Amino acid sequence: MLQAAQSATVHESEESGFAQELLTFTLGAEEYAIDILKVQEIRGYDAVTTIANAPSFIKGVINLRGTIVPIVDLRIKFAVGVAEYTPFTVVIILNIGGRVVGMVVDAVSDVIALKPEQIRPAPDFASSVDTAYIMGLGALGERMLIVVDIERLMLSSEMALVDEVAH
Amino acid sequence: MAIDMSQFYQVFFEEAAEHLASMEALLLAIDPAAPDSEEVNALFRAAHSIKGSSGTFGFQDMMEVTHILETMLDRVRKGEAPLTDDMVDASLVSGDVLKNLLAAHRGEEEADREAAEAICHRLEALCRALEVPSSTVNPAPVAVTPAAPLAMKGFDLFFSLVGDPALEAQSLVQLIAELGSFGVVETIEAPGPGCPNCQLRIFTEVDAEVLRGVLDFVADGATLRVEPFAGPTDEAYGLFGDLDVQAGDAWRTSDDAYGLFEPLPVASLAPASAVVEEAYGFFDDAEVANLLTRQQAAEPYGFFTELPPLEDVPAPVETAYGLFEPLPVAPTVQAPAPVVQKLVEEPIAPPPGPAAAVKKPVARAAGAGDNGSIRVSVEKVDQMINLVGELVITQAMLTQAASNVDPVIFERLINGLAQLERNTRDLQETVMSIRMMPISVVFSRFPRVVRDLSQKLGKQVELKTIGETTEMDKSLVERITDPLTHLVRNSLDHGLETPEKRRAAGKPETGTITLSAYHQSGNIVIEVGDDGAGLNRARILAKAKERGMAVSDAMTDQDVWQLIMEPGFSTAEQVTEVSGRGVGMDVVKKNISAMGGRIELDSMTGVGTRITVRLPLTLAILDGMSVGVGLETYIIPLGYVMESMQPERGMMKSVSGVERLIQVRGEYLPVICLHDVFRIQGAITDWSKGIMVVLEADGQSAALFIDQLVGQHQVVIKSLEANYRRVPGIAGATIMGDGRVALILDVPLLVSMARRVLPAAA
Repeated sequence: MLQAAQSATVHESEESGFAQELLTFTLGAEEYAIDILKVQEIRGYDAVTTIANAPSFIKGVINLRGTIVPIVDLRIKFAVGVAEYTPFTVVIILNIGGRVVGMVVDAVSDVIALKPEQIRPAPDFASSVDTAYIMGLGALGERMLIVVDIERLMLSSEMALVDEVAH
Repeated sequence: MAIDMSQFYQVFFEEAAEHLASMEALLLAIDPAAPDSEEVNALFRAAHSIKGSSGTFGFQDMMEVTHILETMLDRVRKGEAPLTDDMVDASLVSGDVLKNLLAAHRGEEEADREAAEAICHRLEALCRALEVPSSTVNPAPVAVTPAAPLAMKGFDLFFSLVGDPALEAQSLVQLIAELGSFGVVETIEAPGPGCPNCQLRIFTEVDAEVLRGVLDFVADGATLRVEPFAGPTDEAYGLFGDLDVQAGDAWRTSDDAYGLFEPLPVASLAPASAVVEEAYGFFDDAEVANLLTRQQAAEPYGFFTELPPLEDVPAPVETAYGLFEPLPVAPTVQAPAPVVQKLVEEPIAPPPGPAAAVKKPVARAAGAGDNGSIRVSVEKVDQMINLVGELVITQAMLTQAASNVDPVIFERLINGLAQLERNTRDLQETVMSIRMMPISVVFSRFPRVVRDLSQKLGKQVELKTIGETTEMDKSLVERITDPLTHLVRNSLDHGLETPEKRRAAGKPETGTITLSAYHQSGNIVIEVGDDGAGLNRARILAKAKERGMAVSDAMTDQDVWQLIMEPGFSTAEQVTEVSGRGVGMDVVKKNISAMGGRIELDSMTGVGTRITVRLPLTLAILDGMSVGVGLETYIIPLGYVMESMQPERGMMKSVSGVERLIQVRGEYLPVICLHDVFRIQGAITDWSKGIMVVLEADGQSAALFIDQLVGQHQVVIKSLEANYRRVPGIAGATIMGDGRVALILDVPLLVSMARRVLPAAA
């Protein structure tokens, strides 16, 4: 079945010219999308262990089946929505280059396939996030999806998730 | 079309390395004066297996060395030549050469061709010295050579070849050629298209294990079977055995099924030799006949009925064949011809008796070769440890969830949970023990080190090892090897005196180096002791002064001994190949500290020196004290904790208006407020309501102010850096019983932080 699904995807992508599958989620009223291949799993928000002297958007670390995983609240980082933790708060666990990171979002919407022509380049504008991490803006009917280069964002020095090269 | 053998190289490398290791162990254990024949055989087998497989894989250089080694060992094995010290030495050296060649084939080292040639010459010279003029070898291609004490056995080899079927035919040819060096090979069933199975029959003097060793490289291990050929030939052997009894041979003492075959040559020396020789001649016929057609064999077998002794000895035959019970042996004696007929009629299906009986010796040989272990990658074990950790947490969660239910109604649930708890705990202990290895893995290399070095230095040394079964974590085992080797070499070179000096000092000429290991309060303690001259206090002090170090004659012995662990410090009068360059003890100390261990030195002039290394049992587990600050829980490694107390008002002393010092038993210690350092909200700030934990790290002390002590646990250290980054003041993380993460404090950093911050505050 999995194979059938895969071949269907391949078939589709051949027709539509490298459509990219994206996971969409909401932060406040905004809709974001990330490459689904970077997503390891989705889980609820659990108690975290806070880390001393960490930036406010790093909520702390959790135990994910024996692995210590840092949790980032994208709402605080992107300064959108209200950072409140309800039973419906969702953590997307990402696997980026072997590193596992969790990010708190308000809700996960769905998985969509976007063709390159559906992604418009983002204009330069002032925001709390460097526009370098925004790959483009996806147009899906009325909806506007902010397509984020999640790998680049998470590994950036701005996120303070990785040790910086010794200076 | 060449066969791509490279896919099997890794198997060969591993097996060859194992054989080499077992060879070395055997050589060191063997007593040349009274060699145990089992040991000599095992040595020969190891050499032979290496030769066979290196030949198969085309590693000509390794094959050449092992071939000569094997020739020499074969002589010893057959009792044609006594084992000498020189032979043991040469064999050890050739083992080293083989290791080097093996490493060269793996691309790790440069092959030392000169050493290989040198050892070949040395072994050849030894072999030539063994030539006994009287020994004659019958070159005839007959399987049985009466002049040599051979024990020919027949084996049926069942296997299917691995790899590309198209290449199989070729590899089969190679294999048969390889087996041909052991004896007479006959192809019963060759693999055809769609039928990978292959059956060979071999008459040889080597045993099943050797054949298995050769086949392992080419054949699919799962399908490989080596079974003693259970055809009429065995039968004939058994009858020859009887002749031996007639000749008065004591073969009955042998309880081994194979023992039956061994007395064969003796028979030829016995008075009945004429009969036997005739019998041998007949046996060849039987074999040939057997090769042609099995039915024809019946007729020659009839010959036995004419042998008068046979009728007299039914009893010994029965005892001898005890193992082969279902074989109708007794009838053979009573009415030989029909039975042989019967055997010959259904030779394809060997009776279950022999197969079952023969399994015994084969299994024993396998048991002698390996120690019943399997290779598993460390990642798999770590993954298992993680999963079991998860299981323990889940189990704890379940137990907690069930703690509120009515024990009467849910009795079975509660019983089940109790059992689950026991089982998970056992499972966890077992899994943790997988990573543990006995320290004998490290100790086993020292007999060789001591032997080589003592010869080089002209000293007589006896090495004693105590507590080899003491277990420690595998990662520690790997890392302790180099420092320990250094300590042993040091003891040998600097500690022990030459035999002359020892005699002059009234000590036995042979010095003793003692290696011992034992567990002590959560640590593993390894001691390297010698009964040598001990450290020379005056010389160390003089050297230290010469180097401009701050020393005084009033220093305690302990402090003086610590000097030798300073970088570049050496009191050796001359720099030798072994040591004396002053690079060493400091590196040893650094390595051991890096493992979380300590090193201590005790010495008494003229009596000896003892170096004690203390290491944590494992790098992965830590004894910790959990403390609470605000809502957070932190773990303090127990090794740093000196004491804890509830401070009283009067104990706190202020400097420049800030209470920063605590007076503990006349000493002023800087205070670290954990909630300040980590900016924790909601923590206790009133000194008299919290707890002070006195910590000591790197010889410095400080008091850590926290809210409360929670408990003491063994915690599994997890890396925070794997997915996050280094956090100042945090050494790592661990998972608590409730599944939450707790951070482990980096005590040395916190203590040094307090020391650094204090002058600024003052």
